[in-house]
Amino acid sequence: MDFGFTIAAYVVAAVLFILSLGGLSGQESAKRAVWYGIAGMGLAVAATLVGPGSGFWLLSLILIAAGGVIGYIVATRVQMTEMPQLVAAMHSLVGLAAVFVGLNAHIELGRVLAMDDTARHALEGFAGLLAHKSPVEINILRVEVFLGIFIGAVTFTGSVVAYGKLAGKLTSSAQKLPGGHMLNAAAAALSVLCLVWYFNTGGFFPLFLMTLAALFIGYHLIMGIGGADMPVVVSMLNSYSGWAAAAIGFSLGNDLLIVVGALVGSSGAILSYIMCKAMNRSFVSVILGGFGGSTGPAMEVEGEQIAIDADGVAQALEEADSVVIIPGYGMAVAQAQQNVAELTRRLRAAGKEVRFAIHPVAGRLPGHMNVLLAEAKVPYDIVLEMDEINDDFPSTDVAIVIGSNDIVNPAAQEDPNSPIAGMPVLECWKAKQVFVSKRGQGTGYSGIENPLFYKENTRMYYGDAKASLDELLKRID
Amino acid sequence: MKIGTPLEVEAGENRVAMTPDSARQLQKLGYDCVIEAGAGAKAGFSDADYTAAGVEVVTGADALWSASDIIAKVRIPQEAELGRLTADKTLITFFNPGGNEAGLEQAKATGGSVIAMEMVPRISRAQKMDALSSMANIAGYRAVIEAGNNFGRFFTGQITAAGKVPPAKVLVVGAGVAGLAAIGTSTSLGAITYAFDVRPEVAEQVESMGAEFVYLDFEEEQQDGAATGGYAAVSSPEFREAQLAKFRELAPEVDIVITTALIPNRPAPKLWTADMIAAMKPGSVIVDLAAEKGGNAEGTVMDEKVVTENGVTIIGYTDFPSRMAAQASTLYSTNIRHMMTDLTPEKDGQINHNMEDDVIRGATVAHAGAITFPPPPPKVAAIAAKPKEVVPELTPEEKRAAETAAFKAQTKNQVTLLAVGGALLLAVGLVAPASFMQHFIVFVLSVFIGFQVIWGVAHSLHTPLMAVTNAISSIIILGALMQIGSGSWLVIILASLSIFMAGINIFGGFLVTRRMLAMFQKS
Repeated sequence: MDFGFTIAAYVVAAVLFILSLGGLSGQESAKRAVWYGIAGMGLAVAATLVGPGSGFWLLSLILIAAGGVIGYIVATRVQMTEMPQLVAAMHSLVGLAAVFVGLNAHIELGRVLAMDDTARHALEGFAGLLAHKSPVEINILRVEVFLGIFIGAVTFTGSVVAYGKLAGKLTSSAQKLPGGHMLNAAAAALSVLCLVWYFNTGGFFPLFLMTLAALFIGYHLIMGIGGADMPVVVSMLNSYSGWAAAAIGFSLGNDLLIVVGALVGSSGAILSYIMCKAMNRSFVSVILGGFGGSTGPAMEVEGEQIAIDADGVAQALEEADSVVIIPGYGMAVAQAQQNVAELTRRLRAAGKEVRFAIHPVAGRLPGHMNVLLAEAKVPYDIVLEMDEINDDFPSTDVAIVIGSNDIVNPAAQEDPNSPIAGMPVLECWKAKQVFVSKRGQGTGYSGIENPLFYKENTRMYYGDAKASLDELLKRID
Repeated sequence: MKIGTPLEVEAGENRVAMTPDSARQLQKLGYDCVIEAGAGAKAGFSDADYTAAGVEVVTGADALWSASDIIAKVRIPQEAELGRLTADKTLITFFNPGGNEAGLEQAKATGGSVIAMEMVPRISRAQKMDALSSMANIAGYRAVIEAGNNFGRFFTGQITAAGKVPPAKVLVVGAGVAGLAAIGTSTSLGAITYAFDVRPEVAEQVESMGAEFVYLDFEEEQQDGAATGGYAAVSSPEFREAQLAKFRELAPEVDIVITTALIPNRPAPKLWTADMIAAMKPGSVIVDLAAEKGGNAEGTVMDEKVVTENGVTIIGYTDFPSRMAAQASTLYSTNIRHMMTDLTPEKDGQINHNMEDDVIRGATVAHAGAITFPPPPPKVAAIAAKPKEVVPELTPEEKRAAETAAFKAQTKNQVTLLAVGGALLLAVGLVAPASFMQHFIVFVLSVFIGFQVIWGVAHSLHTPLMAVTNAISSIIILGALMQIGSGSWLVIILASLSIFMAGINIFGGFLVTRRMLAMFQKS
């Protein structure tokens, strides 16, 4: 009876989760979709608590409540610009939880196997489930546990490193230990050996060794990926955390875990794919770290960067009819989204057409810019995707680039030897005039020279994005 | 060097080629300015105004011509005037080189240079010296005013206490500069305005001025206006018939017709025939801006206003710009001034007649004892933008074929995927026990659903998507909840930790998602 109820609750929860993800197809339906997710999660937890096998449910509730308080505090305090770090940190929690649950499954399995028949029949819940398994099923279970722990461990350290990089606590450039990919390959080979070993003996040591190897892989893999590829990394880790949950679901024989893990896993995989496509990079080369080697010397950039002051920008904006703003990570770093929004409001009040062009990989997280602009109350219907706006640049009077670099780099189209050759970019240089708000003359995150800054119709507006916009706002009313 | 402007000798000409304003600008180029006494009087500029602007005023044409190195005037020079030209002088004026053989020969004989303002090429760079456009603009405006003067009703429709007044209907034939100016004036006075032009590409300009473009029901490859320098070309007899038929249909309706159809170096085409005039309502007005070239309407008399038997007024004035001499002089003198700017690249008051320059070469009709008309085609291509590359329209069959092919490819892809997927599942099923297969099928289906659902997620919502999937992936808590009831203390500790961490994740993830989504708003 109890069991039937749990299964029924799981089915409802699974449907709610699917609706929750599907609802994200539009801004308005998304608000409803979150509630579906919350309801699904509540139902699943409640059903498990009253279902078979769980004990200490008072303790469980207390732990959930305690975790909830921390989660609440973190979620309400976090700045929207810190969203990438937060997401990465949360992935690490899922990864670690998956490792623990996997280890538990192993311990339980050992305990159950050590019992005699009569004792086994007396067991309930998860242990009971284990007790009724045939030897083949036990073998499969071992593989599942192994996989769950492996993926969980990779997710854990990978997310921690990603968090460190995004939060600026670790250097964002690609770092590799001597040996590079060989180390990863060796660790992976070790893990495979451990799998065989564990499969045959069921001992704890191979599992432990594999966990260490997986932790190392997660660490070293993400350390080797440069900051510019972070959107891919975060969505990839998102995917991993899903697959870890699915693997654990297999080992526990819990269908809801499998369903949700698969949903999350495929969601992350699709996001990674979209991000890679937006950068014209193959997924493998991103994962293996760094940019693929270029085939020849990069094109020489001619001309010089011409600076302009706030007065010049203000005047050009005054005369412009149509303005396109291209925000990038620089806007997020400088926390300039409120100023950008204010500028947008004033320009729109003056009857000018103001739109935003968002490159799919702008920022450090998929959709990062949209969230920041939404926070600053920029209406989402003037925020457009690359494909929607690229054709409009020739008829645009002023394009303002705020803290973005690679996504507006014409070398992607003009220079076949550029590391980003073939990457779709926002063709802002086709606008009549381009202003680039940038800290200084550096090449930015990815270290690639940007010919846009040298174009005749480009003017460089140096300075911190927020301070620069403050100056600009004083001159526009 | 000195620039001089004589009094226009042509009877009824009120314009003047130099205004006090333009003289000030010319002096900045390093030139001295001279004007014949009384030259600006009819345009409203007194000799005192000129003196105040630093212009020397001399009496008599002879004195002026001999004092000046460059002579700027308006009307086509008469024989006596050309007789005063010498080898060291440059004359800037309207010249009508296409129909002025004698004038060209006479100019050639003197050895002086003649720049004909109507020959300024129609390229973007030369727009500032395009005197024809300046004059046409005035003519178009004045044509409507003149028509209104002779038309007994309001332009705009009104409903008054004394009854309802219908709006006037105006048809503008030829949407060149004059035509567009006429359209603008007419629509701003409130009339219902129609416009026709043989160049279909101007329909957009016409509509932008607020008039309705009259389309012909006629299929023919029209010559690209850009190839003829933006002017209309001669049309085929069939096209002409279709055009006349349309006009015949419109004639009884319209109250005012303004015709501006001109073809370069040809007599004006007869577009408004006697039977159309007969079909018009009494009191209607025709303004024929092509009167100088014979007129577009039948019965137009150059420089005169005639009234037909059925009470239609036909205005054939050719001096519209001269009727607005102050405005026309201001614009024309500015065109001249711009021409001088191009002729004086060093701003040193010395003329540099650069025959390599497209604009100067194009406008020069006589130079250094030779006739330089007609000019070679300009190196810079014409004004009109290239028509968009037309993507060849696929025939329905081709479309269907392409669709079927795409469909087939898609089907093939899907079938292959399904077959491979099915085979894999089968292979797993052969070795794995049934209990595993149950879960495995759930897994495969979920991945499938995930793929179907996630593609629909909006780009802008990718961050919320990650936050929400993150929250959902803490479903791992279920595993921990199931294990915490175990007898082993190690298991209990690890499970407790997992529950705690997942708890953070659940609340944090969902809350953050809600925070983000609440921020998205429409304007």
